[in-house]
Amino acid sequence: MELLCPAGSLPALKTAIDGGADAVYIGLKDDTNARHFAGLNFNDKKMDQGAQYVRDHNKKLHVAINTFAHPGGEKRWFNAVDKCADLGANAAIIADIATLDYAVNKHPDLELHLSVQASATNTEAIKFYQENFNVQRVVLPRVLSLQQVKQLSRSTDMPLEVFAFGSLCIMAEGRCYLSSYFTGESPNTVGACSPAKYVRYQKTENGLETRLNDILIDRYKADDKAGYPTLCKGKFNVEGNLYHAIEEPTSLNTLSMLPALMEANICAVKIEGRQRSPAYVEQITRVWREAIDSYRANPAAYRVKESWDRVLANVSEGTQTTLGAYHRDWQ
Amino acid sequence: MKLALGPLLYYWEKQTVETFYQQALTSEADIIYLGETVCSKRRELKTRDWINLAKQLADAKKEVVLSSMALLEAPSEIKILRQICENGLFKVEANDLGAVQILAENKVPFVCGPAINCYNASVIKLLINKGMQRWVMPVELSRDWLIKILAECTQLGIREQFEVELFAHGHIPLAYSARCFTARSENKAKDDCKLCCIKYPVGRPATTQEDQQVFVLNGIQTQSGYCYNLLNDVPSMQGLVDIIRVSPSGTESFTSLQDYRAAVNGTGSPIQLASKECNGFWHKIAGFQTQQ
Repeated sequence: MELLCPAGSLPALKTAIDGGADAVYIGLKDDTNARHFAGLNFNDKKMDQGAQYVRDHNKKLHVAINTFAHPGGEKRWFNAVDKCADLGANAAIIADIATLDYAVNKHPDLELHLSVQASATNTEAIKFYQENFNVQRVVLPRVLSLQQVKQLSRSTDMPLEVFAFGSLCIMAEGRCYLSSYFTGESPNTVGACSPAKYVRYQKTENGLETRLNDILIDRYKADDKAGYPTLCKGKFNVEGNLYHAIEEPTSLNTLSMLPALMEANICAVKIEGRQRSPAYVEQITRVWREAIDSYRANPAAYRVKESWDRVLANVSEGTQTTLGAYHRDWQ
Repeated sequence: MKLALGPLLYYWEKQTVETFYQQALTSEADIIYLGETVCSKRRELKTRDWINLAKQLADAKKEVVLSSMALLEAPSEIKILRQICENGLFKVEANDLGAVQILAENKVPFVCGPAINCYNASVIKLLINKGMQRWVMPVELSRDWLIKILAECTQLGIREQFEVELFAHGHIPLAYSARCFTARSENKAKDDCKLCCIKYPVGRPATTQEDQQVFVLNGIQTQSGYCYNLLNDVPSMQGLVDIIRVSPSGTESFTSLQDYRAAVNGTGSPIQLASKECNGFWHKIAGFQTQQ
């Protein structure tokens, strides 16, 4: 099982490799990837350096090209694929059909992974990508239960990658337009959800308010820690009840499920968080490396160590974690 | 321009559904989409019932399309999808590429629904090769985006090979999740939901702490809090849009269809959008906003 870690910068990439990642994934400095944030990602020079570092350590590099090509702007996505191939990256992670089509025809030797943003959740959709674009790995959306992941793994010969840790997207990825409804910008179109330029923190007599494009997402008392106003993690009223109507601010953590994922033949566990600091990447990578190695050394004795959970909780949204959709009760 | 009544996104009792479509027989809709697209647990009408209903509507000279689910997770859902795709009589609206795969294998012509990520002309071309005859634009895209895509389709020589349909009226389907938000709103787990969404024929509104309606919860689907209304924008659809879709919410949908008919014929007059209506996506601004 491959441990695949996020790198939003060269220092994060080096930290991930040093911490025991088998592979890292990165994005270019433009809207061809779903973490298109200011100050993040790789220009050509940094990408070369990163690729060299990964090669020197005999690890793997994946490049995320996982937004949808704009009409008239397809070249940007196709250039990203060319760069990925020229770089000698081990895989391109792609969501858009047009981009996949270009990649498979122009660079038949480039390994293609289907991005989570393509939202393939069933055998027939997987077959579509396999037959048409020779996709060699599918990243599953975070909407399937563990049971469904196992079932899918049994019924396809496609290697499957799952999200193991990080911010929890609870909608079928790539098919969520909530962000553009609130701001006009979405992961699919600009590579960002609830973009920072629309975020406002405001002290009022009602407490600290967090807003997205002026829409009130949440209100915090003086001693509460205010979270980033991701629109699906706000507190809303449903006919008189005020609660997190969609989801609490929480992170996905599947350490306890690692044996089940191994047994289900999952080929890679992905850590979310290209937007996070090198320190985050380091901590998460070390914990997951240790967990995977400990399972491999003695599967029957595998237990989640308290110290692992503590580290992960500390870097989690709202300092709490969940199994998310993998655990049927969550749904 | 033709008018379409989109698939029913809410969960209604069988009798209500049948009465609704009896009325649809004499409505302004040229095209009627039938079937469950949101949750496979909603079985007031089974596939067989939808197909029977489709036959009745087709006899009344309506064009009928069978819509399929957006989020397909279980083998049982794929089985039902196959029944729909292999119905042998009606065109199918694919809302997942799994459906496209089955339809292409069976060489059944299809409508590419709004839940499929088709953002550029290259994708349209590829889907045409798979049998797509009509494309419903993803809901978050604007007129400007549509103009650019269609210009590219002209360059590729495929502009005449498909129709363009626009989701123009109703609460917009914005997201699909593993979680059922209606069950959550009743503090129930999805597996023990007791099909509670049948109690909410137009979903459950969710508002901010300042009473701004931001979402409508509809099972595993999250809809826009405001109702999309592009009635004033019909003139700007000329030459771009072939079919205007009204999403069913109740009998007022038939009135909406009449309004759109008047707008298409040039006999309507501009309206003032209500406070819980919006037209942002079409105008390339935040979806919930309104451009006057």
